[in-house]
Amino acid sequence: MDVLDLARWQFGITTVYHFIFVPLTIGLSPLVAIMQTFWYVTGDERWLRLTKFFGKLLLINFAIGVATGIVQEFQFGMAWSEYSRFVGDVFGAPLAMEALAAFFVESTFLGLWIFGWDRLPKKIHLACIWAVAIATNLSAFFILAANSWMQHPVGTVLNPETGRAEMKDIGAVLTNPTVLAAFPHTITAAFLTAGTFVAGIAAWWMVRLVRSGRPEAVETARTVYRPAIILGLVTMLAAGVGVAVSGDAQAKLMFDQQPAKMAAAEGLCDTTSGAPFSILAIGDLSNDCENVRHLVEIPGVTSFLATGDFGATVRGVNELQDDYAEWVGDWEDQNGGRTFDEDQRFYPDLGITYWSFRLMIGFGVGSAALSLAALWLLRRRGSVTGKAWFGRLGIAALATPFLASAFGWIFTEMGRQPWVVTPNPNPSGVDGVWLMTARGVSTVTGTGTIWTSLIGFTLLYGVLAVAWYRLMHRYAVEGVAPSEKDPSPDARASRGPDGPDRSSDDAPLSFAY
Amino acid sequence: MELTTVWFVLIAVLWTGYLVLEGFDFGVGMLLAVLPRRGASAQDRERERRLMINTIGPVWDGNEVWLLTAGGATFAAFPEWYATLFSGFYLPLFLILVALIVRVVAFEWRGKIDDDRWRAWADRALVFGSWVPSVLWGVAFANIVRGVELDADHQYVGGFWALLNPFALLGGAVTTLLFLTHGAIFLALKSDGDIRRRAGDLAARLSIVTLLVAGAWAVWAQLAYSGTAWTWAAVALAALALVGVVVATRARREGAAFVASAVAIVGAVVLIFGSLFPDVMPALDPANSLTVDNASSTDYTLTVMTWVAVVLTPLVLLYQGWTYWVFRKRLTVEHIPAATGLTFRAVATDRGAPGA
Repeated sequence: MDVLDLARWQFGITTVYHFIFVPLTIGLSPLVAIMQTFWYVTGDERWLRLTKFFGKLLLINFAIGVATGIVQEFQFGMAWSEYSRFVGDVFGAPLAMEALAAFFVESTFLGLWIFGWDRLPKKIHLACIWAVAIATNLSAFFILAANSWMQHPVGTVLNPETGRAEMKDIGAVLTNPTVLAAFPHTITAAFLTAGTFVAGIAAWWMVRLVRSGRPEAVETARTVYRPAIILGLVTMLAAGVGVAVSGDAQAKLMFDQQPAKMAAAEGLCDTTSGAPFSILAIGDLSNDCENVRHLVEIPGVTSFLATGDFGATVRGVNELQDDYAEWVGDWEDQNGGRTFDEDQRFYPDLGITYWSFRLMIGFGVGSAALSLAALWLLRRRGSVTGKAWFGRLGIAALATPFLASAFGWIFTEMGRQPWVVTPNPNPSGVDGVWLMTARGVSTVTGTGTIWTSLIGFTLLYGVLAVAWYRLMHRYAVEGVAPSEKDPSPDARASRGPDGPDRSSDDAPLSFAY
Repeated sequence: MELTTVWFVLIAVLWTGYLVLEGFDFGVGMLLAVLPRRGASAQDRERERRLMINTIGPVWDGNEVWLLTAGGATFAAFPEWYATLFSGFYLPLFLILVALIVRVVAFEWRGKIDDDRWRAWADRALVFGSWVPSVLWGVAFANIVRGVELDADHQYVGGFWALLNPFALLGGAVTTLLFLTHGAIFLALKSDGDIRRRAGDLAARLSIVTLLVAGAWAVWAQLAYSGTAWTWAAVALAALALVGVVVATRARREGAAFVASAVAIVGAVVLIFGSLFPDVMPALDPANSLTVDNASSTDYTLTVMTWVAVVLTPLVLLYQGWTYWVFRKRLTVEHIPAATGLTFRAVATDRGAPGA
């Protein structure tokens, strides 16, 4: 493999891995904040127990998300330095903004939340977890703004002298229609992930306790885990609707901005009116249109998804290939000569794009559908269930939104190929602001170097994945504590100066590593 | 002042924040292998390690963001510098990344499992994760001060082994010693009891070595590689501060010693960045050097980023400062609660069921 392949594999592995943990963090931090808010408002200790239980799972997950995120910021310069030179004037700004506006808040207030249980007044401590929750979501916005610019460069011109993209309008970059569609889609998917996580684990616990048959265990299932399940399910349902609506909006936008990505996602080779939606297609790995055979199709649906009209014409891969070759070729002819080969392919890998698109939708819809089934089962007030299949389904459901997110990103990024900065043959496109992935890779970095880091990261990530799984599993199996004491200074004060828990300089910390 | 100069200074400020803040938590991490009392029972040593970790527990994560901000700011303000530096210093940066990754998860995961082998692994990760970046940041910065082999396209072509020259290795020793001293002082400042005394002793002994080694490196840097005379002021500031550290640690004035070691790190950063300017990455052939002008973003981008920095940086300083205030109390081993982590083996009970 050459440097380009290695760098792409490394970026793919580290990014997909990073994004296993990120959606859970983005969605779970607000859910934990909501649980703590319920505790704060109602004073009901059950919500404190749930806050601490899911809070621990959040922290285990948060650590690995942060750790793997550091790699992402450095990797652009390390393995993709030519990309960095070309886009730094535009792309660096949202990254720096993320660090200044969101990441500082996240890590500082997370430290305050972890260690502040017995140091901060209840209200301030609650505000800390909300600060974390809002900042993780804000973080996502800046990163998506950067990514969306790669999918659809705006607010930028090409400087012919420096040969790089230069920013003209930060407002346009931050209000790129692409990010306005991608942000709700990613955030709702993160809430779907966290909702499934909370509901799935709580459902497993509810079934387990009800099946034990002991009255006090059933009572715990009803009073502690059932509310958690309902919170999770409602989140899943709302998020599921949001994912679908925002996904539809995003798809329509992509038919316009990245038609080759969407044509490949449908395996649509020839331009078609009333294009059908393909359920199953086969082809060999030559990535050639001649070999694609559609087995099951629903007529008109792709046209409808693209434009809202069942009869509309959707352009296929073959026509788009010619369009791009002509459009980019003409521009390059007028600006210093062609830089790509005659046989350059301008559409992404058909098999990967087609299947990642379907797996994303399938796992996402599957996850959201489960919430409806579970809400139906628990529709009566206060009802709990001891059905073994329900607990097992809760556990099986945990994986679905993670898989949907992973395939979603594989689709988004692989569908962008062969470009790292996508050209846009529309009026909204910017002339000359595009870059082939092959041109973005570092030129001074040898294969041995990238092999070293690729193997190093992969092995390290493998070990960490095992440790992460064992920790999450162990803490999930431990369940909610039988009771939690209010550790806040307010509670100590209300117990009076002679109370046994009076704040004392010699008392052990309520939380320590 | 030109915006490029503003951003050169701002990046120096971000590095100062990073090295001053994460410097002490690196130091505490490095000392984890050294400071817990030898000959004490395994249980006592574990309590001391936990005490050490908890002195930096609430703040290390926020400290690390200074690095991410410095990286992001370099990308946004000086993309050529970012691209050349990160691709050229690929392997050292890879090692730093591995170190930072294992360090982050070790902090957060260490106490989650109550098991000696688990904690031993986490301690190895913390020690490795603190030593490696401490050494390598010094090596990297010393190489930049010294000048590296850049070609006409500003690409680093010197290879990996050229980075391991005597001046750079001495630079690595300087940052390591500075952070060790800084960390020992911080520990003495934040703890009480026996460990405070030992950390103070260690800081007093380390400070002399640090003064000598850092002083030698600074003079070497100034004589051989600095383009200006005014950076002698930075050398003098750092040297005075380090003398202050020696004096204050002997007198057990922990607060003053901490301020002095922070000032010494500030002096080192001012020396490094001051000797570079107007280059950001001098080349062995000066014609190929990356400067604040040929490495920078456009005026527009710099203007936007300046506004963002002007609005947000004071806020960051405010709430990070507040964190230090909230957790200002000294810790003793008595403050450390018994381990609250679980074992890997779940006990077969139905928790959540009172009386079960």
